[in-house]
Amino acid sequence: MNKYAKITMDGLVNNNATFKLVLGTCATLGMSATALGGLGMGLSVTIVLLLSNVIISLLRKVIPSTVRIPAFVVIIATLVTLLRMFLYKFLPDLYDTMGVFLPLIVVNCLILGRAEAFSSKQPVLDSAIDGVASGLGFTLALTVMGIIRELLGSGSFFGIKLWDFTIGFFTNSAGAFFVYGICIALFVFITNRVELCLNAKHMQALRVPKEPLPDVTETAQKEEA
Amino acid sequence: MFATILLIVVSAVLSQNFILVKFLGICPFLGVSKRTSSSLSMGAAVTLVMLIATLVTYPLYTYVMVPLGIEYLEIIFFIFIIAALVQMLEKAIQKFFPPLYKTMGIYLPLITTNCAILGVAELVLVNELSNVIAGVEAGIAMNLGFALLYALFAGIGFTLAMVLMGGVRERTEKLNVAKCMKGFPITMVAASFMAMAFYVFTLV
Repeated sequence: MNKYAKITMDGLVNNNATFKLVLGTCATLGMSATALGGLGMGLSVTIVLLLSNVIISLLRKVIPSTVRIPAFVVIIATLVTLLRMFLYKFLPDLYDTMGVFLPLIVVNCLILGRAEAFSSKQPVLDSAIDGVASGLGFTLALTVMGIIRELLGSGSFFGIKLWDFTIGFFTNSAGAFFVYGICIALFVFITNRVELCLNAKHMQALRVPKEPLPDVTETAQKEEA
Repeated sequence: MFATILLIVVSAVLSQNFILVKFLGICPFLGVSKRTSSSLSMGAAVTLVMLIATLVTYPLYTYVMVPLGIEYLEIIFFIFIIAALVQMLEKAIQKFFPPLYKTMGIYLPLITTNCAILGVAELVLVNELSNVIAGVEAGIAMNLGFALLYALFAGIGFTLAMVLMGGVRERTEKLNVAKCMKGFPITMVAASFMAMAFYVFTLV
């Protein structure tokens, strides 16, 4: 159980694709203008990542290591084609919003990165959990950026108009870079702080008390009493 | 005609810049832009591959895949063509232009997974030119010539942004910024100001 919790934490926070590894940046910048767009992109990537991780993990003993990259690319491209057909049929609004970024999921470094680093070496269940965790980490990051940019740029929250005050800067490309940079900085700052606190607590637990240890005879007497 | 070509050039290089406005090809923009010289080599390599990839994928899509009714295979076909082209180009440059290979060679394998290449191959697959470039009068049909022109100048726009960023980063590396802003965050903020400058061209 502990192993699965570790995989999940790694995918969500410690190796967060967007803020820590800075992978899949094109999709992050291009689709985070609205919270719904970010969420849609994130979930699409999560689905592709989950399925590709499972398939690659199942085939890991069949695929020869010399041609593994082309094999991974074929699997991912097939999944993206299927996803594109599915969205075209059932979610045409999202299909239109994603535009050219939908076929570009194929070259999202996150998916190929997880295939190469994790699922081509690990059992199926681990890979599936890793896929979902990394995907959700990506989704979470995109949605947070989408919420910030939508709130400041168009004064709405998931498409619901809140106020008329808007700052155009946040909806255009300059705002995307700016929000992304600030989000990475904040993420690094917060994770560093948390790590520092955890380390301090850990050290406290291990630290030898400053005052000299009580006398041996005294403790022995106490224990007897 | 001349106005249309001029509009394509200005649009592809400045107002619809691939990196700073369309967000395509951000990975090399952040990864390989540490120095001006490496940015220039990467930009040149990307422009070359973009041009050749469009030269192959556009006719393939229009004259083979559409008549056969297999448009849905475009992603799989395109990614394979790009990967194969990059491999062939690498071998060819290594064989015939060894000095060029020394400056450009190491960047070529990275280009396979560059969004900008697949992006331009996908973007030019429209019926009318006005669907790609805003401001062109409606009714001008897309053809191979326009597609290649667009690919070439999109590549030049990419190179321009890369080189500018290389120059900026040579300076920001030495800046004394807060610890959590070091590396990617300060680069992103610098890119944000560059994007603001390029945004002005979209207003013209």
